[in-house]
Amino acid sequence: MRVIEKHRNILDFTLSSLARRKGKNLSLVFVYTFVVFLIASVTFFTHSLKTEAEVILRDAPEMMVQRLVAGRHDLIPMSYMDTIRQIRGVQSVTSRLWGYYFDPTNGANYTLLVKPEEHSTSGTILVGRGVARSVRSKQTGTIPFKTYDGSYLFLRIKEVFTAESELANADLILISEADFKRLFAYPDGYATDLVLHVRNANELPTIATKITHLLPDTRPILREEIVRTYDAVFSWRGGLVIVVLLGVVLAFFILAWEKATGLSAEERREIGILKGLGWETTDVLFMKFWEGAVISLSAFFLGILCAYGHVFFTSSMLFEPALKGWSVIYPDFRLTPVISAYQISTLFFLTVLPYTVATIVPAWRAATVDPDTVMRA
Amino acid sequence: MLLHPAIISLVTGSLLVSGMLLYASYYGLKIIRKWNLLSGSEVQLGLERRTYLISTLMINAMAFQLLSLFLFIYTADRMAPLFVGAMCAAGTLKVNIWGYPTLLLKIINWLLAGIWLILNYTDNRGYDYPLIRKKYAALLFMAPLMLVETAAQAAYFLQMQPAVITSCCGTLFTSDAEGVTAGIVGLPKTPVEIAFYGGMFLTLAVGVIYCIKGKLGYPYALLSLFASVISAVALISFISLYFYELPTHHCPFCILQKEYGFVGYPLYFALLGGAVTGVGGAMIMPFRGRKSLAEVIPRIQRGLAVISVSCFALFSMIVVAGIALSNLRLR
Repeated sequence: MRVIEKHRNILDFTLSSLARRKGKNLSLVFVYTFVVFLIASVTFFTHSLKTEAEVILRDAPEMMVQRLVAGRHDLIPMSYMDTIRQIRGVQSVTSRLWGYYFDPTNGANYTLLVKPEEHSTSGTILVGRGVARSVRSKQTGTIPFKTYDGSYLFLRIKEVFTAESELANADLILISEADFKRLFAYPDGYATDLVLHVRNANELPTIATKITHLLPDTRPILREEIVRTYDAVFSWRGGLVIVVLLGVVLAFFILAWEKATGLSAEERREIGILKGLGWETTDVLFMKFWEGAVISLSAFFLGILCAYGHVFFTSSMLFEPALKGWSVIYPDFRLTPVISAYQISTLFFLTVLPYTVATIVPAWRAATVDPDTVMRA
Repeated sequence: MLLHPAIISLVTGSLLVSGMLLYASYYGLKIIRKWNLLSGSEVQLGLERRTYLISTLMINAMAFQLLSLFLFIYTADRMAPLFVGAMCAAGTLKVNIWGYPTLLLKIINWLLAGIWLILNYTDNRGYDYPLIRKKYAALLFMAPLMLVETAAQAAYFLQMQPAVITSCCGTLFTSDAEGVTAGIVGLPKTPVEIAFYGGMFLTLAVGVIYCIKGKLGYPYALLSLFASVISAVALISFISLYFYELPTHHCPFCILQKEYGFVGYPLYFALLGGAVTGVGGAMIMPFRGRKSLAEVIPRIQRGLAVISVSCFALFSMIVVAGIALSNLRLR
């Protein structure tokens, strides 16, 4: 109890002493907060993008099979489905029809997908919000498509997807099979790719190997590989920005070191008097510790709060172009706030640790001043 | 691989901690050579002042070391999807030869730093710096280990090749594999259970006697060391099975995951805390005879014993609760 009381008193004194030098300390907290804010924004942003990608891909098929011609993705014959179905462990094989359509009227690229179980009426389409925003003829609700034989196909918007799934389907158009084939003059007996469902996930690599043996012109892609790539790409982008920011961090720590070393005559006198009054070196060190803790924690939490607002309320307007990529139809999405102890400790290591190290020696110098010399000066 | 935010922070942290230890060792060497309490020379006064700095540096280094131990395991765990075959930290650490040595060094260094701080705390309570040379000699022993850890960690992250096919914990922690872990997994369950429950009960009983009456100091220190080792063995051998509710899954890392309520963190915190305070108490035992420490040491030891007993009690409570609430029955 006595120890707690002692520290409470030291903390009390530290706070009043910090308040006496408002200008100096507030400017330090301000710069510190800014540094934490920058790094925290990058970490939060890339982390939520990763989580978002994981959530979206959770429902993706376990394996896709594409056919390659001269190293490029090509249409796959439906007859391949029978060969794949023969492989033990494969639960189902379905063909998919999808493609991209460039709309010259607004310069946007749409993703067209045939999903018979959700939409099969010819002449109508289901569109993502991004598409709905970009079409000019909003009044009629019809989009003109130029087919591959040069004629026009007018498709009426039947429904617009909800906002929740915008990140995944902003540029998506669900179209009927008949319209899709007419638009692209798509040959019969072919699909864009095949998707597989496998009974036991542990067998995926084996099945993939068997497919490449039986059908050497195909390329199986595992969902896990896609997840892994997203994870690596976002971590790498985040890391790259942090490395760039390290220069700022370093500059800040030099500033912190300077501020901590250059004790004003008044501060030196204060410590001298305290020691003259009977404070021990350890007590002064405790005071310096509390001073550092108050400054660090205030800046750390303020920085995190600001970064939270920046990333999750303003969709990180400062880093958006560098980290997200761009396109005509860009999903207008709010990231789901995800913050974990892992991110906080990473941030702590990148900001509070260097600050603490930079201020230990100056704090010790201050704590070991000789009261006699200081008071005489 | 170095451009992962957590890796950048781990490497930065280790470099800073190594820097602090090098700085402390430099003055440690000076103190060992030139310390003379009877002298009033400027050198001696300077060295006396330096001891404050070194203590502060070490306290900070140890706090960061503890955080970095868990951040390291968590980072390894998080990176598992990047490596084919890895499902948790067990697989990621196996990506190259540096993973497990780094983890081991991190644990050893943390334990050593903890014991050093106990030594330092005790020394500061004696008016004539009775342990000064011993504690700085210990510091000189620890610094190279810390440097090796930093180098091993850097090598581990630098040599990471995401395309490497690594082993999943299901194959690493089975009795068919080779090495120490396989030996632990292969141990017959009943003797391990008896050793764990019996050892823990005895440790706690002796610990309580020690806390109340101040007797049985040495046996308690030995028992706490034994309890730490047997708990780690029991964790892999049978406790983990109840947490996973799988009779074949022995991984010591998966319990750190969200699916198991992060229960591994309090378990390992308690185990490390119990070990460091238990062994630390024994380490200062031989200095009870020093005049300036005769009154101080029993007080410190009792405080350490209270912390140590609480840590082991917490560990046992989590284990017993986990086993009681588990849907798995091994008999």
